[in-house]
Amino acid sequence: MRRRTALGYGATALGAMGLTLFVGWWRVDGPGAPEAVASLPLPLTEMDFRLTDHEGQPVGPETLVDRPTMVFFGFTFCPDVCPTTLSDISGWLDALGEDAGQMNVVFITVDPDRDTVETMAEYVGYFHPAIRGWTGAQDQIARAAEGFRASYERVPTDGGDYTMNHTASVFLFDAAGRFVSMIDYHEPREFAVPKIRRALEEETEGAT
Amino acid sequence: MTKLTITMLATLTTLALTTGVALAGSEDVVVDDAWARASIGMNRPGAAYMTIRNIGDEAVTLTGISTPLAMMPEIHETTTSAAGVSSMAPAGEITIAPGEAAELAPGGLHAMLMQLQEQMIEGQSFPLTLNFSDGGNVTVEVPILGFAARGPEG
Repeated sequence: MRRRTALGYGATALGAMGLTLFVGWWRVDGPGAPEAVASLPLPLTEMDFRLTDHEGQPVGPETLVDRPTMVFFGFTFCPDVCPTTLSDISGWLDALGEDAGQMNVVFITVDPDRDTVETMAEYVGYFHPAIRGWTGAQDQIARAAEGFRASYERVPTDGGDYTMNHTASVFLFDAAGRFVSMIDYHEPREFAVPKIRRALEEETEGAT
Repeated sequence: MTKLTITMLATLTTLALTTGVALAGSEDVVVDDAWARASIGMNRPGAAYMTIRNIGDEAVTLTGISTPLAMMPEIHETTTSAAGVSSMAPAGEITIAPGEAAELAPGGLHAMLMQLQEQMIEGQSFPLTLNFSDGGNVTVEVPILGFAARGPEG
């Protein structure tokens, strides 16, 4: 009798364990798993978009290959995140010193309706001189964002205006155009600068 | 004109005095390290940052802000999702517990200054009034730093 009770408990415990495992599998790997939060950006060599830089020159992903690259999406009507990120990037570039000159640093607008070539020129002029501003047609911006796996969305505000939600991470690529890593918004400089150095070093490794 | 100004000043002073005496909560609010970035023109919203400390014994609730600089000033909050997407929305009322502080800093809470009435020029400053639920308010003079400033030190 006691033995049967013990067996009963054992069976219940096993059943519970099995159920836990099953629920775990369902939620992590099974059909209940959340969709991947963000997949990795494509190599620059596999992207395809046509934009214009802040000096009016036609540019595309191929413009960025052969040098390590740092890319960030934003918009100039952004009062908080974008000036902060561009200030951060300027600080990182200052910390890199002369090495900063070896990099492409590009700010791509997600709000081309308001961010014309002239607007971008004025805006990037306030930050580190290495930073380039790219804008272009809506569909080309969309293709660029797709390649970087970045997302953005236009959101109306109270005053009849609008703001943009957008990916605020900074993307790093090596000189071959391969994605190296991402610097998240708010990442402290002591983590950001070594990540950039890594992107710079991959170039040396690729060359040997 | 001068007479009107004096009358207005007198009224404001009286108001300030009476509210000061009548209300305890907002009296215990101290604002440190206020700063804002210069703006490019007047079309874009500006942002101001500061630390709002409650040195009193009771919680205080910030209900809104006002400034002659902007038609629509509002406390907003930037949040960044797990996928790295940043968005911005009105923060609503902000309650600060006794001894605590609300930190308005880049990438989080900020005073969003919509519909600027004049350009924000580096080296200048503007008054910003914080309104509290007890009817009291605190006005701070916010220095305007460079466009690429990262903190109250520039």
